[in-house]
Amino acid sequence: MELLRRPIFSLLLLLSLPISFPSISLGSAVQGEDGHREEEFTEELLLKPLPDRKVLAHFHFENTAQRTQSYGRHHHLFPKAISQLVKKFAVREMELSFTQGRWNYESWGGFDPISSSNAKPPGVELWATFDVPPDQVDASWKNLTHSLSGLFCASINFLESSATYSAPEWAFQPASGNLRYGTLPREAVCTENLTPWLKLLPCRDKAGISSLMDRPSIYRGFYHSQRLRLRPAKIIADGADSGIVLEQTLTVVLQPNGFRTKSSHSSENKISPTWAMSSLLGRKIEGRCVLAKSSNVYLQLERGLVAELNALKENQEFVGTTVLNDDLIKNPAFEISVKPDWVLKEVGNLPTGSSSLMYGYSIGKSTDSGPFDLHLTWKSPMVWSCPRPPLHASRFLMGSGNERGAIAISLRSTGLNEGLYGSNKDKESCVLPVNVFQVVPWYIKVYFHTIKVFIDEQRKAVPDVIEKIRVSPSEDKVLPGVMEMVLKLPCGVKSAAMTLEFDKGFLHIDEYPPDANQGFDIPSAIITFPNVEAAMHFNQFSSSDKSPLLSRFREKNPVQSYTEVLLVPLTTPDFSMPYNVITITCTVFALYFGSLLNVLRKRASEEERLLRAKGRSSPLSRLLAKLRRKKEVEPQSSTTSSSLFSSKLVVKIILVAAIAICWQYFG
Amino acid sequence: MAAPETPKLKPRPIVRLGILLISHNLVVSVICCISGIVALLLLPILAKNTYISENALMPGSANPMLSTQDVADANKLVKDLMDLKSESTSSDKMQRVVAEYISDLGAEVGYQKFYPQSDQFNPLHFFSLPDPGTLQEKVNCSSFAINVIGIARAPRGDGKEAIVLVTPYNFEDADLLDALSVGLTYSVFSLLTQVTWLAKDIIWLVADSRCGEYSSVAAWLRDYQTPVFGSSSAADSSTCDSSNTFYGLKDSSVIERKITDNFRRAGTMAAALVIKVIDKSEPFEDTLSLYAEASNGQMPNLDLINIVNYLAVHRQGLHVKVQKLTSLINAKWLTVLAQIFEYVGVIARRLNPQWKFGIPAAEYVDGTATLASSLYNQALGVPTGPHGAFRDYQVDAVTLEFSPKVYSMSKGRHKEFLVQGGRLIEGVIRSVNNLLEKFHQSFFLYLLTSPGRFVSVGVYMIPFALLVTPLPIMAASLYTKTNNLDSDAETNDLSIYQKSFTWLNAAKKVLLVHLWGAIVSLLPYAICHLGVSTPAMNLAVWSMLSVLCYLLFCLILGVRSAKSGKAQWAVLKSATLSAVFIGLCLMSVVNFATAEFGALLLVPMCLVIYPLKSDLHAGGLMNFSRMACNLALVLIGFPPAAFILLKGALDGFHSIYVGDFWIWVESLWAWNSATYLYITMIHLPCWLLCLHVLLHTR
Repeated sequence: MELLRRPIFSLLLLLSLPISFPSISLGSAVQGEDGHREEEFTEELLLKPLPDRKVLAHFHFENTAQRTQSYGRHHHLFPKAISQLVKKFAVREMELSFTQGRWNYESWGGFDPISSSNAKPPGVELWATFDVPPDQVDASWKNLTHSLSGLFCASINFLESSATYSAPEWAFQPASGNLRYGTLPREAVCTENLTPWLKLLPCRDKAGISSLMDRPSIYRGFYHSQRLRLRPAKIIADGADSGIVLEQTLTVVLQPNGFRTKSSHSSENKISPTWAMSSLLGRKIEGRCVLAKSSNVYLQLERGLVAELNALKENQEFVGTTVLNDDLIKNPAFEISVKPDWVLKEVGNLPTGSSSLMYGYSIGKSTDSGPFDLHLTWKSPMVWSCPRPPLHASRFLMGSGNERGAIAISLRSTGLNEGLYGSNKDKESCVLPVNVFQVVPWYIKVYFHTIKVFIDEQRKAVPDVIEKIRVSPSEDKVLPGVMEMVLKLPCGVKSAAMTLEFDKGFLHIDEYPPDANQGFDIPSAIITFPNVEAAMHFNQFSSSDKSPLLSRFREKNPVQSYTEVLLVPLTTPDFSMPYNVITITCTVFALYFGSLLNVLRKRASEEERLLRAKGRSSPLSRLLAKLRRKKEVEPQSSTTSSSLFSSKLVVKIILVAAIAICWQYFG
Repeated sequence: MAAPETPKLKPRPIVRLGILLISHNLVVSVICCISGIVALLLLPILAKNTYISENALMPGSANPMLSTQDVADANKLVKDLMDLKSESTSSDKMQRVVAEYISDLGAEVGYQKFYPQSDQFNPLHFFSLPDPGTLQEKVNCSSFAINVIGIARAPRGDGKEAIVLVTPYNFEDADLLDALSVGLTYSVFSLLTQVTWLAKDIIWLVADSRCGEYSSVAAWLRDYQTPVFGSSSAADSSTCDSSNTFYGLKDSSVIERKITDNFRRAGTMAAALVIKVIDKSEPFEDTLSLYAEASNGQMPNLDLINIVNYLAVHRQGLHVKVQKLTSLINAKWLTVLAQIFEYVGVIARRLNPQWKFGIPAAEYVDGTATLASSLYNQALGVPTGPHGAFRDYQVDAVTLEFSPKVYSMSKGRHKEFLVQGGRLIEGVIRSVNNLLEKFHQSFFLYLLTSPGRFVSVGVYMIPFALLVTPLPIMAASLYTKTNNLDSDAETNDLSIYQKSFTWLNAAKKVLLVHLWGAIVSLLPYAICHLGVSTPAMNLAVWSMLSVLCYLLFCLILGVRSAKSGKAQWAVLKSATLSAVFIGLCLMSVVNFATAEFGALLLVPMCLVIYPLKSDLHAGGLMNFSRMACNLALVLIGFPPAAFILLKGALDGFHSIYVGDFWIWVESLWAWNSATYLYITMIHLPCWLLCLHVLLHTR
């Protein structure tokens, strides 16, 4: 009975929502007048040394606006452009990312919250959910792409065409309705996209942490991803959303200066290069953005690094050297120039013994003692590895030639899943679900029935492995092919592979892009591990529990990774020679129709009569006819005596040639 | 044709032209044949200077960044490799050293183990890549090789494309020069791991060439492009002992190193460079030899050769060479011909200073030798190096073969050489890296007459077209002639019936002989299974079986018709000519150079052929000379004879061995060359048909 009642109840709730809406917003406005929960802006920077001697810098700006009517359409801090966008297109959630370079899942990790939510495919990725009836979603999406295109100086408007975006149902984001997803893998990302992004910040890049964004040093990085995320603020008890949160992040992987790869075998100079914030980013933090509620800088040491540190410390104690009290900033492995304001430790059930450390600095305080700069000096070589996703996903093309091919997605165990599920006694029943979401442009005609799955190099029957699959086949020039599926792999899987065959289609001549001979892109596939969550809990500290960055870390999002973008060479016409094509076809047509008409038009007897009539008419035509008749009998005589005719011809030719030579020589 | 008494309208001009040509077929054939051969000889004069067609390449626009530091590191690697070799360490130790060097640069390293396949004749796989599943059965388990692959990821690139560097290296038996080639590539690779301008990933393949350079590269490409899931490991364990895998190579102690057994990949390959260092004892300058011919006469895009040539000549001051037929350079007739052409050129210039088609005699001889080698290599259809494996996957590739001057080698001054070679490779990679689209601007069909001059397809088609033109004309003329003869003799129904029967008979004969040719082409498949050891024996078996097969055909299907008409040989010749025409035209689409050579051999023979008996009966001087000519041409037209004559002309007759022909043919099918198909399915049947005409008994 209850089961029956519940959907009706929710339906009622849905129906009553528009009616109850004004009263709720009025309520929040009242709350807004209280003053403390109205609009908030926070800025944070996370620095993290990476195992391959690079440094990750992650800027996190968060802007929260309550849905308020006290100022009408105006806001104190929240960017008006975004709030208008949200209002006009009824955007519930949205994410837009501009990325250059590839996230290296092997050495930069793929398990922690940063890599899981900030590692994005190259180019532009946009997804959004809308608060509109399903039949208006597409219209809203199209308008949104155009607005964003203008706002961010990018060609996001190309996502307007229905052949470029798709509507994933469950494999991309769990339980998301009205979602549209589109990518532009070839979009070039540069400062013209960063400047409008910075304009959304209340202090722009004039003050606070954002002043670190020196363009040359940011774009010198190995990976660069700027992201804009809109999400509803915390759900209030009565179920209505209370406002909107704008989260702007910039993730950069930088190479410390003065780095020269060592080519010696001995590991003596394997010490990671020393870096400072000013050398990495080219600037120092002069002070906080006064509009920001909090302004923090974090330095994160990963689990692997902390474990190594502990091992080193034990070793040193064993040898007998005294360990200093302030070993957090000065220890045998490294030295930090500034004492942290607080140190956070990761808590919760951790797969490896050690927990990661987070050093926090509050910018507000350090302004008194000059600009804030952080130095990290390495003293001894440290080798550690990042937490990696349970399976490393890679995708590649198979086959060659212009006709057929295959897409292969290969998943390879990173050795982590044994740790995750090691405690499970019944390994047989243990299953690791993997979601695969892949969009393929229409000119790659994928045959979904050719799907083959191999687990540990053994071919498996598709129903045994695939738990759930949704396929929407492509339609020429209208819809892309979309594939969502859930693979259930055994926990102890070493490697898994999936292949899909495709045919290469033909494009119309005016559908080719200007650089058609490069090939065509297949956007990244998204591999999600719904049972594996990327979350990090840090022990509570008075000033840190409000930190949006750390609360993002606490969110239980499934681990997600993107595969490579693929380049498919398609058959391309020779664009440089349309003239030749036109000439040849015209010649062929002229010859064909000319001779056809000739044959159709002529009648033998008519011809004769005409010839005779002509013969009477004028002396010139009579002469011509005579000449013609002479030529006409020539073929029969040629077998016996063609010498007369040919000698005449030869003389004529020689005469013409001589005239031509004279002309050439004397002219 | 038409009745003469009525004032009949003229036939259409195109028909008239055809009739004119047919009636003058002898003159036309002679003129066409001679002008075809002359045009072929004129090709070196008609060659154009190469130019860089794709503007995006911008070769040499950036200063080379390769520093002495990179070279010093490379030198260290060379020294390490040589030390290891002198200590006679096992090959996997050396592979590990190379892998460690690469991983120290921050690049990803992977190993690939493969079993070389034995060459076997598979008649159905001529133009397609063999099915990977069937390959597994034929592996030779006792020997395996391991490729080392290093991948430098472009720091800001999207990883969609890759440039491949290949260094063949025999880990078991390598000398200093081989080590130098590894060092040379290493110096470039170490630079490329640090540069920021890279847009495409760089793959460095150290191909283990103990089972052949080509097969190691081909094995890697096969795994890269068409990997086999599932069945591979099963077959691997069942056919081969999997205990001798190379997991011992894995350096588990160092977590930081990115060395794995996984097959590592990058994106779509844009271009590939194969780098080799050999000692040719060049006296004065460092030279660079370019090899570009892939299977079936396919060539890489001319732009790739252009940028290598441009950078080598104008930036690094290397002496660039392409292959030449050295025996042609000293040929007397060629020198005379060159002087004639030079003289004609001089006279032409005197007449009009604008006419500048004459080239110096030495240049002409050089160009001809290069052109001949280019034609020969394309006609053979066998790739001239490991770069050929790339062309099968539509990747442009070229082999750069450096040979340092004697002086620098003897003094142990490798560094200068490494800097020079390294900067050249860096420049080429930088150019290819600039390229947004794949190579498509310049020519794919061309012949080189020197590293800087080429003959494009539009020009070299002319000699072939001229050679082939007389065939249909002659065929038509013969046909009309026999028709006229018959109609003159008697004009009743029986004769018409007989006439069409003669024609049908000839067509049947041509078809049957071609069918025989197809069977002959398949015979080696059976011979391979017989297990006869020596090439001479194989050849004997093959020819015996062919003859036997032919006799069977004669007996069962009656190739020789019962009633031999007077003009039967003419109809047969006409049918043969059409068959030759069709065959040559088809072949020119598949492999132009083969068709060109084929036309040179077949066309004169087919045009001149005349029954011996008729000539003997007539007994005039003309007839006698024609007879001699026929006999000589038929001798030359026989493939084994042609091969022996060519080999003798090139290498001298003293070294000829009967089995050579078998070895040569074996190499043709081992490389999937279409030339083999041409020889057995077009050339041989046509030759046999000519023999039929020659031995025709009234």
